[in-house]
Amino acid sequence: MSDVLVIAEARGGEPRKIALEALAVARPLADQLGGSVHVLLAGAPGVGAGAVTLGAHGADAVLVAEHPGLVNYDAESQAALVAGRVKSGAYRVVVFGASAQGRDLAPRTAARLRTTLASDVTSVTLDGDALVVTHPGYTGKVILTLRLSANPALVSVRPGAVQPKPVAKAGAVEQVALPVEPAASRVVTTETVLGDTRQLDLGEAPVIIAGGRGLKAAEHFALVEDLATAFGNAAVGATRAVTDEGWRPHSDQIGQTGRLVSPDLYVAVGISGAIQHLAGMRTSRCIVAINKDKEAPIFKVADYGIVGDVFEVVPALTAAVRTARG
Amino acid sequence: MKIAVCIKRVPEMDGAFRIAASGLAVDETGLKWDISDFDGYAVEAALQLTEKAGAGEVTVISLGPVVVQETLRKALSMGCAKAVHLACDQVPVDPFAIATALAAELQGGGYDLVMFGKMSIDSANGAVGLMVAELLGLPMVHACSKLDIAGASGTARREVEGGGELVRFPLPAVVSIDEGIARPRYPSLKGIMAAKKKPLDSRPAQLGNVALSVVRMELPSARAAGRIIGEGAAAVPELVRLLQTEAKVL
Repeated sequence: MSDVLVIAEARGGEPRKIALEALAVARPLADQLGGSVHVLLAGAPGVGAGAVTLGAHGADAVLVAEHPGLVNYDAESQAALVAGRVKSGAYRVVVFGASAQGRDLAPRTAARLRTTLASDVTSVTLDGDALVVTHPGYTGKVILTLRLSANPALVSVRPGAVQPKPVAKAGAVEQVALPVEPAASRVVTTETVLGDTRQLDLGEAPVIIAGGRGLKAAEHFALVEDLATAFGNAAVGATRAVTDEGWRPHSDQIGQTGRLVSPDLYVAVGISGAIQHLAGMRTSRCIVAINKDKEAPIFKVADYGIVGDVFEVVPALTAAVRTARG
Repeated sequence: MKIAVCIKRVPEMDGAFRIAASGLAVDETGLKWDISDFDGYAVEAALQLTEKAGAGEVTVISLGPVVVQETLRKALSMGCAKAVHLACDQVPVDPFAIATALAAELQGGGYDLVMFGKMSIDSANGAVGLMVAELLGLPMVHACSKLDIAGASGTARREVEGGGELVRFPLPAVVSIDEGIARPRYPSLKGIMAAKKKPLDSRPAQLGNVALSVVRMELPSARAAGRIIGEGAAAVPELVRLLQTEAKVL
């Protein structure tokens, strides 16, 4: 039992960034254990094309489970597939991404295996027979270091907590077709309601432009969207006050009861910095705040602040970013 | 309709946290406690379901030291019919141990629906509800922002990245509640008085094997003090320069 299994997600034929981040956690663990890194990639026929990218990020073998019934994530089928694979392998550790899908799948899998799970971890190391993980709790105000002595040990990795690590000399990745017959799920999806598909996902975007009540009305979010477009690699987020007003969907909400994000750059537009909002974004690498109230709490966590009217500052910033990016 | 809602007592997050001398827990001095946010939504959603159906009752369950009975009483004062306290010295961080104890209590309880908050606000794992569903062998819908029950089946909207999914499922089932479903009601004075007479049973929690434990708790290192680089649009060129040369994010 010295191998490590990574449960990957793919979108548009390529593994998601969170899968590469999970690999960056798995590779050094497998090296320390003297084992291999296997990746389980399940999805529609053709999903196996992503194996090359996974190999370039440290996978030794990619177990490809392709089936038309796996086009969309189905919890019961996937939990049965993953638990079955873990049981039949020699896996000491199983690494999930703590995306929406991973947060649904990992606990189900753990319970099927009658083992436990360390969720939403930001680091994983080996300490003798156990794993030692860190996990932000209490809305990020406390960092817990936890000892996980279960075997197999399941962990889910917080998006953005580790950087994907391409391997210097990627060997040939072994691709193994996994026979799969999705189980009939008792929970039936009757309709999928997609948000704005042009938008990058908040968990994956390197830059997030978030708007607060300082924007005064739903239509003024165009300012935020324009700035996101100027960056080119940005997603749009919002505060709870904004989603409660119905200016943006709940899925855009960042904070204690919304998404927890860690982008490279977080631009807070007209956001005062309520503690519940800070809980969702304080781990961003660089924070910029634009607010007319120089006493706003957001300035205490921001690396750079501009005191001013968002209706004046944001268009100027959008123009400047466009120029800077050529 | 018989509904169970599993809730957790957590400190309010507005205050400043300190670490206890043991280094293994937060210092509870001066902290205020309440039902965890998402669990409060679950209680409200459960009460609304029984009110709409005009029948049924809500049982609220919590695990932990004797002080969690205060939190259970609050849920009773909101309108839940009865409460169960699963007693243990402290709430373990191991979600499977908690799920094992809850599943043992829920098994054979005849519940049509078992509800959880999407996650607790303190440990933020969001694992226990899903684990309980697996242990009970019931269908589970995680992160519901809408929920409706008609006869022996339910419909829900669950939140996923980039949108939502409308789903249908048979009862009995387990669901966890996301934001957007309902704001918890405040207990009325009448409700508070009535709660004192409602049944609250306490029995030992049948925790499973604990394989996840706290080694250390620390406060995160403070972010270096940021700077206000200027006022109005005139400050934009300097901001862009810093994002390019210092932060290297542009």
